[in-house]
Amino acid sequence: MDGMGAALRQDSALRHATGEAGFIDDLPEVPGLLHGALVLSPVAHGRIEALDPAPALALPGVVAVFGPGDAPGRNDISASGAAQEPLFAEHLVEHWGQAMALVVATDRDAALAGAAAITPVIHALPPVLELAEAVAARSLLMPPQVLARGDVVAGMAQAPLTASGSFRCGGQEHFYLEGQIAIATPGEDGDLLVLSSTQHPTEVQHIIARVLGCAQNRITVQCRRMGGAFGGKESNASWVAAAAALAAHATGRPVKLRLTRKADMAATGKRHPFLFRWTAGFDATGRIAALEALLAADGGHSLDMTPGVVFRAITHALNAYDVPALRIEALGCKTNTVSNTAFRGFGGPQGVLLMEEIFRSIAAATGLDVETVRAKNMAGGENGDETPYGQALDGKLIRRVHAEALAASGWVERRAAIAAFNAEHPTLRKGLGSFALAFGISFGVMHMNQAGALVHVYEDGSIRLNHGGTEMGQGLFIKVAQVVASAFGVPVERIRITATSTGEVPNTSPTAASTGSDLNGWAAHLAASAIRERMAGVAAEIWAVEAGEIGFEDGMVRAGGNRQMSFGELAHACIRRRVSLSATGFYKTPDIHWDPVAMRGKPFFYFSYGASVAEVVVDRLTGEHRCLGAWLVQDCGRSLNPAVDRGQIEGAFIQGMGWMTSEELYWDRTGRLRSLGPSTYKIPGSRDVPPVFVTRILEGSPARAETIFRSKAVGEPPLMLATAVWNALCDATGAVSLDLPASPERLLAAIRAGGR
Amino acid sequence: MNLSITLTVNGRERMLALPDPRVTLLDLLRDRLDLTGTKKGCDRGHCGACTILVDGRRTNSCLALAISHDGADILTIEGVAHGDTLDPVQAAFIAHDGFQCGYCTPGQIMSAIGLIREGQAGTDPERVREGMSGNLCRCGAYAGITEAVLEAQRALDAAEQEQAA
Ligand code: FES
Ligand code: FES
Repeated sequence: MDGMGAALRQDSALRHATGEAGFIDDLPEVPGLLHGALVLSPVAHGRIEALDPAPALALPGVVAVFGPGDAPGRNDISASGAAQEPLFAEHLVEHWGQAMALVVATDRDAALAGAAAITPVIHALPPVLELAEAVAARSLLMPPQVLARGDVVAGMAQAPLTASGSFRCGGQEHFYLEGQIAIATPGEDGDLLVLSSTQHPTEVQHIIARVLGCAQNRITVQCRRMGGAFGGKESNASWVAAAAALAAHATGRPVKLRLTRKADMAATGKRHPFLFRWTAGFDATGRIAALEALLAADGGHSLDMTPGVVFRAITHALNAYDVPALRIEALGCKTNTVSNTAFRGFGGPQGVLLMEEIFRSIAAATGLDVETVRAKNMAGGENGDETPYGQALDGKLIRRVHAEALAASGWVERRAAIAAFNAEHPTLRKGLGSFALAFGISFGVMHMNQAGALVHVYEDGSIRLNHGGTEMGQGLFIKVAQVVASAFGVPVERIRITATSTGEVPNTSPTAASTGSDLNGWAAHLAASAIRERMAGVAAEIWAVEAGEIGFEDGMVRAGGNRQMSFGELAHACIRRRVSLSATGFYKTPDIHWDPVAMRGKPFFYFSYGASVAEVVVDRLTGEHRCLGAWLVQDCGRSLNPAVDRGQIEGAFIQGMGWMTSEELYWDRTGRLRSLGPSTYKIPGSRDVPPVFVTRILEGSPARAETIFRSKAVGEPPLMLATAVWNALCDATGAVSLDLPASPERLLAAIRAGGR
Repeated sequence: MNLSITLTVNGRERMLALPDPRVTLLDLLRDRLDLTGTKKGCDRGHCGACTILVDGRRTNSCLALAISHDGADILTIEGVAHGDTLDPVQAAFIAHDGFQCGYCTPGQIMSAIGLIREGQAGTDPERVREGMSGNLCRCGAYAGITEAVLEAQRALDAAEQEQAA
């Protein structure tokens, strides 16, 4: 089976296994190619007094140095074009590792030596490094967002019990294994072809045009595949490519800019750390009546995508739960750290932490079990099922998914076994935790919910597919090809998958927010259907039947009886009859709206539901832990490709677990990032995978919204399923509150405080 | 200084001048021999993306100076398949979805081949996870990778038994 729902391999599977799949750095270098290296700020905050390029230019091989004054257009890389986000720091540096200049040279080592030879003169200013400090000083990048419902003051006053708390979670380095890279090649008359490892070719194009001061039609941006992205190749890919483009434009030579791992980790944005403060009013049954909370995001030094991250955090702060009266304020704070950006989940993973901490406090205050408190506050059932911004949740589905995860784990027996183990063992403590998720699917910025595709059928019946989505390993290309193959009734091998290009499908949105297959799948389906309709018309004419009688299946076109011909024969017949076999498809998500002033609307096309259980063991003496088992249930609607979806679920969970446990960004007191490579920043390795790892795609649950073949997005939601690991760690240590990442140090402190 | 070394790369002998004695095997393979299947992930010996076999042993080529490997026998991902027939490890990675973005894959496959040749893969997933722990996968495809290594080991064992019989 080739069409929908088939567990087909990733489109480049064979080439990945043989090493033939080309990433940008693997392409043969053309003669005359220059290599770039960045000069980065050595301080976290300061006034730039001088940046003398002479020491670099004196070195052999160095060709030129570019700084903020060298952009023929504007030195501005902000998505909006209105925020103050310079490509190269101008007058002021605002974080350690900020890009100040680009050195280009005839080879990579010469470029790196050139960059190292430049010593910027900077008058250091005191940096703001702590998020709490930024909150106290109201150092903000954007106006606060407030989500409110009901009478919180009365609710709080009437509640028999109240509790408050505060906690924080850290950021996360994307650590895409393929670092940021772009190659810009000048063409005729000011044209520029840019190969960029980007999730957002259109934004790369727009920003290059702005920096160069030229029309967007001069710039073509292409991306065949990325070696991982995870949100880190949205805004960050744009400025890396813009730097390469600036140098290519100025020198007239192709320029490659590939950041070293260290420069990549120093200069590119990460997941936002968050600080949470909350007060909840509840009763002895654990039911919450009122909630007041502050969510503060560390945006770093510039705006980037912080408003979107804050929006998603605040709209996901209640997650799958109901609170009748609440007021949540969310801040995007400014600090002198790298500008934080999109990362898989985009504020959602931070937002959904809030209720989990509150449940633990309520359990501690009432003597109830955390799971009882969780069940008591789930949306739907006896509780309300509407989010505070007015969109309905599916309470039944939340309960079903959560119950399936508990059942998969054998929750009751496991609990008992853990209690027995803990009573026996002198130093090890096991713990169990669960989690349930309602994650909204759509871009928070309404106009971004659009996509285009371009499909050609050639005379021999072969098909070429292009769309605005990018491939970063998530299997988008094979999924969209499956959609097109099923529209034409041909094997998927008949579809030629091609590199994303602004020259083929323009004005696209980034491949992000899990929307890749939702948006591009529909656009490609519309394009393919338009062609199929024309082809059916021709077949109907040939056989003198109604077009409705024509069927496309198994590479054949049929109309009952023995009337049949191959898809290729019909394509040939169409050309002879002067019928176009090329079409564009355009899709925009229906029925979504948002009022940013009232903070109400229906911003999401639908919700993706998921649930998980995790079991951990913690060593009381060292604070080290291991996740022993994970049981995940994820709603994928009617899965387009279960093999791809399963990979996404497993991989996202592991990545989420890394964020919550081992991945810690460390800035020293001067604001210098000290975790600059895999030796100091620990992403999960093969040994961190739970030995029992059960992933289940929810069955018999087609999407209710009119999604492509009733499938649901899967890129981000399962990352949050790792929250069960946090809950299990709290269970094992007796911690009511636990900051993330749950490093051995924090776990030891929790064990001491919790007395286990 | 005019240095040169001889390497056997994927079965072919190559004489290479080394204008810079600091060049690593990784850069030599990628920049000079156009063997770009071997990837650069960190360039610091911590991610395993650059894993190759040097005289049959798993090696992070980003840390290996070419100059100190004069005469070595090198196997990279490009030399693993036998014509159009994939190595059992490659086939198992495809069958078990042992990757997503594919960037770590050549290194994972070379590491798996090395592990199996060292006789260290066995049938215990815990041992495979341990043996493959030097190869990071940010996409988190570890479950598929472990299954692939186990399956490749089984396939090789079966083939060996068949030959013995
Ligand atoms: S590139 Fe050699 S270990 Fe990372
Ligand atoms: S498949 Fe992407 S890093 Fe392993």
